[in-house]
Amino acid sequence: MEQATLTDALSFEALLPHLGGMIEDADHKGGELVIRCSTDNIIEVLTILRDEADFAFDQLTDLTAVDYPNRPYRFELVYQLLSITHNRRMRVLVALPEGEVAPSVLPVFNSANWAEREVWDMFGIFFAGHPDLRRLLTDYGFEGHPLRKDFPTTGYVEVRYDDTQRRVVYEPVHLTQEYRDFDFLSPWEGVQNDIEDNAADQEEQGA
Amino acid sequence: MTLGKLDLNTPIPQGNDQDMILNAVTDEIANRGFVIAKADKLFNWARTGSLWPMTFGLACCAVEMIHAASSRYDMDRYGMLFRPSPRQSDVMIVAGTLTNKMAPALRRVYDQMPEPRWVLSMGSCANGGGYYHYSYAVVRGCDRIVPVDVYVPGCPPTAEALIYGLLQLQKKIKRTSTIARG
Repeated sequence: MEQATLTDALSFEALLPHLGGMIEDADHKGGELVIRCSTDNIIEVLTILRDEADFAFDQLTDLTAVDYPNRPYRFELVYQLLSITHNRRMRVLVALPEGEVAPSVLPVFNSANWAEREVWDMFGIFFAGHPDLRRLLTDYGFEGHPLRKDFPTTGYVEVRYDDTQRRVVYEPVHLTQEYRDFDFLSPWEGVQNDIEDNAADQEEQGA
Repeated sequence: MTLGKLDLNTPIPQGNDQDMILNAVTDEIANRGFVIAKADKLFNWARTGSLWPMTFGLACCAVEMIHAASSRYDMDRYGMLFRPSPRQSDVMIVAGTLTNKMAPALRRVYDQMPEPRWVLSMGSCANGGGYYHYSYAVVRGCDRIVPVDVYVPGCPPTAEALIYGLLQLQKKIKRTSTIARG
């Protein structure tokens, strides 16, 4: 029996007639097309990718973000798309600086609802037009956005039951054992590939 | 052999001794209609024989807890039946990672349990935060929220380990006089 294979990745040229002016950059990674656009036209781009029969990306499988503290456009929103019709996936990236509001893509993809809540919770990126932008995962009354690179892993508060107040109270974090920063770049670990990848990444960031 | 000299904590093997004791007890009941026992020993016997755990499965440990309860290990043999309500339970098994968000709920459920009550902390996460010890969202040990009687180590502990922990809890209950006075 013939093994099922992924259809060839969408070519950048195929997108041009529809999205010409809106694509800032395009690339092929892992057999998938990756394009960049701005916050102003993300809704339009996603609508076209969903509705044009040639693309038919009818599912937003994931919406997440990445924090690059060194870049002027600090955050990058990542929209992962799946076309069941064409057995194809692609990715749309949107870079935005801290404090900038991204438009909610809820009118285009319903699955963006909780994904945008999670991105708001974890990165503090605000989505304009979202009907219910509450925190999704963290504690009630939680402060800060944990997946930002400047958020300490241990956070700022911890909980304890207080016998006199008869309730769970919040206190500043006190660690009995110091946080241990494991050095995964140690040459003893035999992770030569990772070291090279990491060096390449750092070069890229510096450039 | 008289009943007064028995060590109540060791089982009596089958045979003449056991038969004699059983006959003596049945004779007592037949003659007088009652037998005499120490109340605290009787209560402890009843309590250890019907430890009803509250299901508080929080993570993968809950799966091992389910294994302990289902047919291969069968906690029911020890009179342990999982109850869905804290009002009906004696022991709470904290099985899994306790997050900050869940902590007030755990404490509330513990407060709803009637006395006497016990807590068994199951697995590394419940014991001291475990893998998530340095996380911003996880309680570093459920003993910060509720008083723990038995800690079962492991990640996750096997079903045998959990049952061993429960048997240790039975021992603990047996050796403490639990009648509240005053």
